[in-house]
Amino acid sequence: MVIVGAGPAGVRAAQTLLRYGVRPTVIDEAPLPGGQIYRQGAIARGSARERYGFEWRKARSIHAAGAELAAQADYRPCTAVWNASPGLLDLVREGEIDTLPYTHLLLATGATDRVLPFAGWTLPGVYSLGGAQIALKGQHCLLGPRILFAGSGPLLYLVAYQYARAGGRVQAVLDYGSRASQAKALPALMNQAGTLAKGLYYLGWLRARGIPVFHAARIDAALGAGRVETVRAIVEGAAVEFACDVLAVGHGLRSETQLADLLDCAFDFDDAQRAWLPRRDAEGRSTVAGVYLAGDGAGIAGAAFAELAGERAALAMLTDHGIAVDGARVRALARHQRSLARFRQGLDRAFALPPAEASCGDEVIVCRCEEIRAGALRAAARQYDIDDLNRLKALTRIGMGLCQGRMCQAGAAELLACCREVPLSKIGRLRGQAPVKPLALASLGEAAP
Amino acid sequence: MKPLMRRVRVPSARVLQLTWNGRPLRAHEGDTVLTALLLAGERPRLTLGEGAPRAGFCLMGACQDCWVQTAAGKRLRACSTLARDGMELVSAQPGEIPCT
Repeated sequence: MVIVGAGPAGVRAAQTLLRYGVRPTVIDEAPLPGGQIYRQGAIARGSARERYGFEWRKARSIHAAGAELAAQADYRPCTAVWNASPGLLDLVREGEIDTLPYTHLLLATGATDRVLPFAGWTLPGVYSLGGAQIALKGQHCLLGPRILFAGSGPLLYLVAYQYARAGGRVQAVLDYGSRASQAKALPALMNQAGTLAKGLYYLGWLRARGIPVFHAARIDAALGAGRVETVRAIVEGAAVEFACDVLAVGHGLRSETQLADLLDCAFDFDDAQRAWLPRRDAEGRSTVAGVYLAGDGAGIAGAAFAELAGERAALAMLTDHGIAVDGARVRALARHQRSLARFRQGLDRAFALPPAEASCGDEVIVCRCEEIRAGALRAAARQYDIDDLNRLKALTRIGMGLCQGRMCQAGAAELLACCREVPLSKIGRLRGQAPVKPLALASLGEAAP
Repeated sequence: MKPLMRRVRVPSARVLQLTWNGRPLRAHEGDTVLTALLLAGERPRLTLGEGAPRAGFCLMGACQDCWVQTAAGKRLRACSTLARDGMELVSAQPGEIPCT
């Protein structure tokens, strides 16, 4: 049994398998377990409280479980899966390739920030929101000195709070969501009153320190010569400029689904996340026998949900392998998951993802890797009457750069749907291609003459 | 360039000596290559097409926007590579355009 990813889902899954006497192989890109949310630096710096805020106990618990699996499982850090086929994974570690067979595979591949393009988002000084948090958690460093936080999602307030507490000069928080939509979401958010209270605490803490928080705000442009100097935002319809050195921005998160795609798992379009997600049953089974899904890689549901989903998927793997599992535990996990799912619906309402950025000008770079601009995408779509993202890729190279569309797919899809006036669900999704992470040709060895 | 990153506190870990485009670059054990570069006010790369400066973006190994090279020509992703004592790093090989 193989687990890909050692974040909250992967760690809990591994722990569960070990408890039933199964020793899994755990593949993870990071040097230490924890995933992005509970990322550990190679050398711990500062207190856990400084690095993880209110979540420090959860972080410690995952790290302790991670240490246990490092000791007992076949744990392979600093290792990426670059291809997946039925029964076999292709791995790369520091340029050395390897293969790994599996009978049962759990994909707990996590997520990265979803950032929609705007003018100047390639300038030095623009970072993803999650990246800003990683600088603090993993390196005990602050981006800045003056930093502006913008976008959508609960992470916005948490990271702004963590920065301000650690001595960062937070200029303002620009929330895409309106006050009204967040008020409407309150009943659903009450499902996890403790988590809601933390969110409100962050907001109140920022306000009490005079850090301005704006709602119904979106980024128009990051401006500057060779680096960010000013950020222009549209707040409730009016342009407002902020002087800053760094802009940390994220429009929610996006699931890492490439491996599920390579394995031919069926995908469905998810309206709330505005993305295609691998189909899975309540226990975490994909549509492909022997392939399981858990955590944010199977749809954004947060770290607490990921822990439960990881354990539940591991129990499903054991059941399918003919090992009897604790039925009461499965039911308890299911109950807890349902409650968290209601909370997530509230979060999705409070932090609605921005729809198509129709305002994104033709000069805006959409693909960071290949520097492809919105105008080129729109022109190709119109000229060739394209309503499909893969055809747009073939004509413009969108999604073909080193990041394999991780950074541009959301923006390009929104742009194409908007420009062709078709629903986002009708333009398809970029097909996964191996290698899903860059691989030196030299790693593959000498070709036979 | 004014640095885009600063430390919350100077770590007690060992000091490492690296070079960036032939100039000395200091780091502490546990720093990534990108951290060392940003703390020193350096821009890791220029884009191949437009020659525009980039300084990383996602910091988690996904965006591929922080590739640099060793003096020997080995490419590495600065955000997910730990700094090591004696590393010789360059944005591009002498006389060559950047390769990413």
